[in-house]
Amino acid sequence: MTDNTTQTRAQDGDDRYLVELEHVEKHFGNLHVLRDINLKVKKGEVLVIVGPSGSGKSTMCRTINRLETIDSGVIRIDGQPLPEEGKGLARLRAEVGMVFQSFNLFANKTILDNVTLAPIKVRHMDKTQAEREAMDLLARVGVDSQANKMPSQLSGGQQQRVAIARALAMHPKVMLFDEPTSALDPEMVNEVLDVMVSLAADGMTMLCVTHEMGFARKAADKIIFMADGQILERGTPDEFFEHPQTERAKDFLSKILTH
Amino acid sequence: MSDFLSLFQTYNVPAAFLVNLELTFWSLIFSAILGIILVLMRISPISSLRHVASWYVELFKNMPLTIIMVFMVLGAFAQLKLKFSDNFDTNFFWLAVVGLSLYTAAFVCEALRSGINTVPLGQAEAARALGLNFMQSATLIIMPQAIRGSVAPLGNTLIALLKNTTVAAAASVATETSSLMSEMIEFRPDVIIQIFLIFAFGYVILIIPIGILTTFLSNKLAVRR
Repeated sequence: MTDNTTQTRAQDGDDRYLVELEHVEKHFGNLHVLRDINLKVKKGEVLVIVGPSGSGKSTMCRTINRLETIDSGVIRIDGQPLPEEGKGLARLRAEVGMVFQSFNLFANKTILDNVTLAPIKVRHMDKTQAEREAMDLLARVGVDSQANKMPSQLSGGQQQRVAIARALAMHPKVMLFDEPTSALDPEMVNEVLDVMVSLAADGMTMLCVTHEMGFARKAADKIIFMADGQILERGTPDEFFEHPQTERAKDFLSKILTH
Repeated sequence: MSDFLSLFQTYNVPAAFLVNLELTFWSLIFSAILGIILVLMRISPISSLRHVASWYVELFKNMPLTIIMVFMVLGAFAQLKLKFSDNFDTNFFWLAVVGLSLYTAAFVCEALRSGINTVPLGQAEAARALGLNFMQSATLIIMPQAIRGSVAPLGNTLIALLKNTTVAAAASVATETSSLMSEMIEFRPDVIIQIFLIFAFGYVILIIPIGILTTFLSNKLAVRR
């Protein structure tokens, strides 16, 4: 049955949903961090998730490749339910790229090795081919000249662009961005956002948790507004920024847009 | 002074130190292997493995070494018939190595775990997010940095191990330094102070370079973040 549904979705072509969350619930102890989350992301869609701190946006982002487990509900990637721990989960994670707030480059590996590691070890790609692809990706994010340096020798903005290249090296179906610019010095934010905008323009399916409203307006197909573990609004950037429906969203926007 | 020199002529002090160095060498290898296995168990996703490893560490870390060594001879050998060789000396030597390794592995595990705590959790998450399995992220990302981050505590464990080899006397290893020292004191009570000094300084001379080396390596190998 599962195979069947996967197939029909695949035949639908560009209209198929790559990420689906249905009735997802999660608690941290007494804290109800995700309340009945329902979300669908189509292939090629760029979804930006905004909301105040502690609203559960990062947690939701992390449940999609099971860095956080959920209490109940269903999460599907490209039609397949998220497996429990084990080989199936590793295989699925390989298809979902993730970029973290704190870059998380491997400190014991060079920039090039950071990018080639997973293709070689997980995809069993030939080393020379992996390096060729890695150099192309590093050039695409503008850090190819740093390929043989260690992560600590790069600026934050450069490290984050390497982290994006590292995720792209696995040819992911979806990219998750968990506040990718929040740990950066202000003058480095744009170099990372530029890479993300160009990715979006190239048709990558993306989920971005961010506080960068300029990016949200420019690149998002759809905006999700979360507060207190719930999705309160969803709509196009225009709808959300110009005509927010809920008081919570109006309050949030008034606080961030007046500066 | 001639008394002092005659001590060296009558007793083969360097040979005794060599036995301790051999005990250290083999125990170092086996405790390193066991310690790495234990620490991998402690961070593994399987909770029963984590429990076994943490019980092992608590047990051996808190047990006096002398008791382990006596157990190796009176329990493991005499009662449980664990035997490595028909040659008495060889047999007791390896029984002592086993006892020392079992004991030291608990400390190697703890030293490595302190190194693992220096590796930011995010790197393990990033490895998982890329589809690497537990063993891949442990061997490629976490352990290489953990070992580099735990050079200093590992060096201290090695120093303790070298000194602990003197407890091998309790496992009937009669050729090592503390056994030889007791023998010398028994037959030459006229030069007790000199005898003590020979062994005390012997160990100091062996151990100081280890300390210097670990400090040097600890700085040189530190992972820059």
